[in-house]
Amino acid sequence: MLLFLCRRIVTMVLTMLVISALVFIIIQLPPGDFLTTYINELQSQGESVDQAKIDFLRQQYGLDRSLVERYFLWVFGMLHGDMGFSFEYNLPVAEVVGDRMTLSMVLNFATILFVYIVSFPIGVYTATHQYSWGDYGLTFLGFLGLATPNFLLALILLYFANVFFGTAIGGLMAPEYLDQPWTTGKMLSVLEHLAVPVFVIGTSATAGMIRRLRANLLDELQKQYVVTGRAKGLPPGRLLLKYPLRMALNPFIADIGNMLPQVVSGSVIVSLVMSLPTTGPMLLTALQNQDTYLAGSFLMFLALLTVIGMFLSDILLAALDPRIRLQGGTQR
Amino acid sequence: MTDLLRVNDLHVGFRTQGGTVSALRGVSFRVRAGSTVALVGESGSGKSVTAQAIMGLLPRSARITRGEILFHDEALRQSPLAPAQSDGTVDLAKLDPTGPGFRCVRGDRISMIFQEPMTSLSPLHTVGDQIGEVLLLHSGVSRGDARRVTVEMLRMVGFPDPARAFDTYPFELSGGLRQRAMIAMALVCRPSLLVADEPSTALDVTIQAQILRLIQDLQAELGMAVLIITHDLGVVANVADEVVVVYHGEVMEAGTLHDIFDRPAHPYLKALLKAVPHFDMKPGERLVPLREIRHQTGHLLKQDGAAAHSAQGADKAKPLLDVRHITKSFGTRKGGLFGVAPKAGIRAVDDVSFHVLPGECLGLVGESGCGKTTLSKILMRAVAADEGEVIFDDGEKRVDLLKLDDSALVAMRRRVQYVFQDPFSSLNPRMTVFDLVAEPLVIHNIGDLAYRREMVAELMRVVGLDPRFLNRYPHSFSGGQRQRIGIARALALKPRLLLCDEPVSALDVSVQAQILNLLKDLQKELGLTYLFISHNLAVVDYMADRIAVMCAGRLVEMAPREALFRNPMHPYTKALLSAVPFPDPRRRLDLTALMEGRASNPQAWPEPFGILGGGRYDMVDLGGGHFVRARECPALADLLEAAS
Repeated sequence: MLLFLCRRIVTMVLTMLVISALVFIIIQLPPGDFLTTYINELQSQGESVDQAKIDFLRQQYGLDRSLVERYFLWVFGMLHGDMGFSFEYNLPVAEVVGDRMTLSMVLNFATILFVYIVSFPIGVYTATHQYSWGDYGLTFLGFLGLATPNFLLALILLYFANVFFGTAIGGLMAPEYLDQPWTTGKMLSVLEHLAVPVFVIGTSATAGMIRRLRANLLDELQKQYVVTGRAKGLPPGRLLLKYPLRMALNPFIADIGNMLPQVVSGSVIVSLVMSLPTTGPMLLTALQNQDTYLAGSFLMFLALLTVIGMFLSDILLAALDPRIRLQGGTQR
Repeated sequence: MTDLLRVNDLHVGFRTQGGTVSALRGVSFRVRAGSTVALVGESGSGKSVTAQAIMGLLPRSARITRGEILFHDEALRQSPLAPAQSDGTVDLAKLDPTGPGFRCVRGDRISMIFQEPMTSLSPLHTVGDQIGEVLLLHSGVSRGDARRVTVEMLRMVGFPDPARAFDTYPFELSGGLRQRAMIAMALVCRPSLLVADEPSTALDVTIQAQILRLIQDLQAELGMAVLIITHDLGVVANVADEVVVVYHGEVMEAGTLHDIFDRPAHPYLKALLKAVPHFDMKPGERLVPLREIRHQTGHLLKQDGAAAHSAQGADKAKPLLDVRHITKSFGTRKGGLFGVAPKAGIRAVDDVSFHVLPGECLGLVGESGCGKTTLSKILMRAVAADEGEVIFDDGEKRVDLLKLDDSALVAMRRRVQYVFQDPFSSLNPRMTVFDLVAEPLVIHNIGDLAYRREMVAELMRVVGLDPRFLNRYPHSFSGGQRQRIGIARALALKPRLLLCDEPVSALDVSVQAQILNLLKDLQKELGLTYLFISHNLAVVDYMADRIAVMCAGRLVEMAPREALFRNPMHPYTKALLSAVPFPDPRRRLDLTALMEGRASNPQAWPEPFGILGGGRYDMVDLGGGHFVRARECPALADLLEAAS
């Protein structure tokens, strides 16, 4: 087991290295760099640009060095917690991102929690009451959730939240708390504002999860060992919890790895619509402006989430399923 | 004395879209305390539904519409939950199957073991957990006591190290041990009735014999009654006191074991007895299937097909297929980050050599895991062998199947075809029968559409199916019909050699006889050569001219059919032969030859068959085409002397 963990961690580090190289190269791929974009912008506004100033900036930003050199500087910096410098904001990336990262994490973890808490009981219910009215009704709702575009749902809900609860539109906190230190009031405000985005971002994931859990559980309920359990005289509830549900959990857990990045990147449009101060919209502009280090940091963050998510789900799976734990090393 | 279980006029119906289908129509029988009753019938006869009704495990769409299931148990008188009458009798048919009343009967007083030991246990929980659970549910003991009793039970069902077995997971156990764990689970509460639904069908014959003996031993020890449900008349003859024959949801015949076997009254039972291959068949005796199929061969198949070849009088002594020193090992995956471990591990096929003469049928017998399927896959080129060669020589060309490149292999496929075990998954459900049977012709680009139509229609008649069925999809056919479609497809290319890998093991006995007869007739009519792989000795005995026995990846004995049965030399062959249950109550199994289940372990074979020690270890000719694998040592000389 320990060996397995070590091997996994080594592969994780290697994966991250490969991803960082890819990310860096892809961001640099389009012709030009941040400065050319910047100069174009200035010129379109009718200002002339001094070549000496450009050279100065180029040197200042380190854009005169080779790609490889810059890459290693970047990676080396990240290992020390220095994520580089954002051209766009003229600030270190860490400062630009700052609160946004925290808020993103809060939002995303709330969403994942929401997805699990809602989809789990509904999935179990629809599977155990297959073809009942409850199943049909919840399944219908689930399909609605899958089919409705998120941003539309966001707009509708924002409207209602404002009309009925007086929650301010947009943002993750009331305007008066912006740029204020964290207080209880601010936290409560964040929680209040969290509800709508969490619901909006989580709906389709929830609906998908319900469908998957229902299908898995239905498969498991057909299995012979369920009959064995009934033949033992187990009460239905205990039987369900101990055997088929436990088996149906596997794909549920294996999904964690996929869900983390999905929720992060899937929320970009919603964040734009609802003007949430999360990382999504910023990533978009950073990519548009070729703000190398800002975009790179975001993408690395996403990759890190994926890799960690996969790692977590693997460990959980091994802990839960003895077949994986004990047979992992052998083939056939 | 009151009967332990009395089923009176039981009716069970299944609700379907087309109305109610009755699965049981007035089934009545009884089980006396401590006796063994066998419920016999084909699949779909309602024998499993009866068991489910008794256990309260009927599927949701099924209902008991009439009748009663009276279960009498003294223990039920004290039980506060069970709604038993004062004499301890309870009508299970009236009880809510999900209610607490039924739950305290099920698993405690009546318990059940199932056919599939692989899937009947949860893979996520330890054996001990699953067995102990029954105790915790019913007898209210503490966890510590439950563990003690469970370990004791595991010892009783023959686990070599019960304390360790408690903490193992089912997938770490072999099929036989899993079924033992299942039995332990069923018996840990000392029930008065054990319902065994095909308890040994999924197991190898030697394991089957052990499990049957175990059930009998425990029955005597615990004084319980057994209701055994099976389609295997051999099993019935070996364990039952009384027999109940069901057919289409009705009891055809019931009586004591000797009555039933000596004087079968009902035509169904008579027919069933004739449809099962057994060792006492006279040469040339045919099985009589319940429903005979008529087939005819047409002119297209005979045209330059295999029949034409044999008519040319190809050299009969020259082997069509010559398999030489095939070896294949499967390594376990280990090693470093990217590293692949060196080839080590299990030798699935170990230096196997044999040949098949044109026009004969070579039977290959062995238990599951002995490597026979790996061998057939090597012959199909689905798995690559590590060493050895497979020479195919049909008089025109002589080729090594294992060295052919891809294009030559495609051409070769026309001469060698395959019939698979599972008729359900070997036919693509989205293709019509016409497309399925014509596909080989399309792949090999043979003939135009008119020719293909005629050929396919002829193939359908050859396997006894109506050519009007050609537009249907596989799902509208029964298992036996599907297997015939599979045979028709295999014949489309007019092959010389058919590889049949367990072609009848997924079929009912009555259908099995149909398919075996069909294969036999086709062999004669079309001059085919078969390599017939099966775990069922009786089936191989019926089909084959010569039989090769495999064990633990090795070929241990090969002989003409009569010689093998008359004079088996190898301890494994002996064990195998002695483990096959006869459908004759006067010839019950002799379990001493089983070597306590060690017969399939090469380390336990006595001299000169043992694998330990030096010297040449090879097939030794005993004369008359009888070969046995042995090592050169003094014991071998004695053996040769005795044989000659």
